Amino acid sequence: MSNTPALEVENLTKKIKRKLIIKGVSFTLYPGEVFGFLGPNGAGKTTTIRMIVGLISPTSGTIKIGGKNVRTEFTEAMRHLGCIVENPELYPYLTGWENLEHFAKMDPSIPKDRLDEVVTQVGLQNRIHDRVSTYSLGMRQRLGIAQALLGKPKVLILDEPTNGLDPAGIREMREFIRTLAREENLSVLVSSHLLSEIQLMCDRVAIISKGAVIRTDSVENLLAEQERVIWKAEPLSLAKEILEKETEVQEGLDQTLITLYDEPQLPIWNEKLVTAGVKVKEMRTQLPSLEDLFLEVTGGESID
Amino acid sequence: MINLVRNEMLKLLRKKRLYVIILIIAFLVPLFTYAQFKEIQEQREKMGNQDWRTVLQQEITDTQNRLSSSRIQDEWRKYLKIRLSQQQYYLENDIDPRAPGAPTFMRIFVENSIDLLLPLLVMVIVADLVSSEASGGTIKLLLTRPVKRWRILLSKYIAMLMSVSFIVLSVAVLSYVISGLVFGYGGWNMPLLTGFAVSGDELLTDRVHIVPQWQYILMEFGLVWYVSVIVGTLTFMLSVLLRSTAAVMGIMLASLIAGAILVNMVSSWESAKYFFMVNLNLTNYVSGMATPIEGMSLGFSMAVLAVWGLAGFIIAFVTFSKRDIY
Repeated sequence: MSNTPALEVENLTKKIKRKLIIKGVSFTLYPGEVFGFLGPNGAGKTTTIRMIVGLISPTSGTIKIGGKNVRTEFTEAMRHLGCIVENPELYPYLTGWENLEHFAKMDPSIPKDRLDEVVTQVGLQNRIHDRVSTYSLGMRQRLGIAQALLGKPKVLILDEPTNGLDPAGIREMREFIRTLAREENLSVLVSSHLLSEIQLMCDRVAIISKGAVIRTDSVENLLAEQERVIWKAEPLSLAKEILEKETEVQEGLDQTLITLYDEPQLPIWNEKLVTAGVKVKEMRTQLPSLEDLFLEVTGGESID
Repeated sequence: MINLVRNEMLKLLRKKRLYVIILIIAFLVPLFTYAQFKEIQEQREKMGNQDWRTVLQQEITDTQNRLSSSRIQDEWRKYLKIRLSQQQYYLENDIDPRAPGAPTFMRIFVENSIDLLLPLLVMVIVADLVSSEASGGTIKLLLTRPVKRWRILLSKYIAMLMSVSFIVLSVAVLSYVISGLVFGYGGWNMPLLTGFAVSGDELLTDRVHIVPQWQYILMEFGLVWYVSVIVGTLTFMLSVLLRSTAAVMGIMLASLIAGAILVNMVSSWESAKYFFMVNLNLTNYVSGMATPIEGMSLGFSMAVLAVWGLAGFIIAFVTFSKRDIY
């Protein structure tokens, strides 16, 4: 990981009709890193992303892409950026190839053979000369990425990239993004409202709620803290009594108990239960849902 | 910039709107040609077996008689002299003024389509130029490329100018070619009167002069093009302001039709002359028809249209380069 940031967002705010929508968001992306932008719908993910790509002008704060300020050096900054904001919306009445040509023409620095390169990279060779209106969502997503990669950007921004894809498509997309970061040293900013997705794809993550970043950390750190163990045991009341002596216990659904995941302690707890005559039927770790994580980091603030 | 304009033209062509426009014109022209043909036939029947040359000769004698009377005003005398030379030209060159060729049909066709049909055709092309990018979401890709926003809009504006010119050109070509099949292709040099002016209730004839028909048609097509560009610019502005193409069309259609209605009823509401839609009928000034409101002239109408067009252009560019896109 090099130390010159590919994308710098500093103290970004946006006011709409006197209401502060984005309240001072800052984060930095380094080359070769996949950065997750996690938050529920309406938290300000898309507004922030739209400010980064220049679709919305920020009320205050600075955004630098490859060292170029989006506001004052728009064209230079955009040369370093490729993006898909929300859905990959391309011209349905043009073929995939024509769509790429269309966007390549907008940047004279893109050489002609680059088109073939990106088409191969996303694996669309067979259908590239068909009209986009005949494409499936997954193919459109790939064409969108091909378009975003045309200008050999330093930063790739993907807003909800797996939205609407089937499981195979999601997996493929995930691998593709990781490969890009690894092999092309690209910084990728991925937004999502699904924790599981961010967890599998990203190195670092920023959690955003109500227009403010409340935590930025590596994925492992965030999850380790929040991972839980679910116990199924009989009799439940006795199990609860014993576990409560060791750690915090919550009662879950379907006759279960929930404790924090504490790897070294876990076998000891189990042993204590067994010696006390409790029949432990099931013990499994579970990632917290985004909602849990949220309630945790925001201190009980609800997602609205 | 050329690349950007090419992009826009490609999209325009692929949307197939221009073909639809050509089809509409190609369908309407034969319709009007037939109507015109019927009218000429009826006129001929009324005249019975009389040869048109005899009728024209009678008219000439009539004009000559009026000229020789000593009581008429100087101005009127001048006008009559011009009329006389026109009639004599018809007779000498064997042109039946009531049996026009394709150029005459062309002229009548544009004169009648300048205030509604052509603006509608222009509207169909221009209405979704920007709004379709907004409603289709492609604007997000367009505006995150390393090109400044005003350049993108300018490329669209140039594409608009090109397609408007194309529409005007195809109206000219199609109406000439199709109607020529029935009326013949001659008549370019037929003399026509122009330069009428209206002051109060009086028709001023002191500036009336004869121009050959080709010059007359060129003048009218120039005006038609001008009107189409202004209507195109205003539609373009709406297309920037609104996301919905249907709303753009609705507003434009309403104001164009309101214009057509207003023209017939605003003679006493003087300030209505500053609306763009009552000023669309520029060819009327060439042929010397009465204006809907007193004080309107060719220069005035062109100036009003220019102001509207310029305002639309500025509003479009300012909002487009500043607007937040959600």
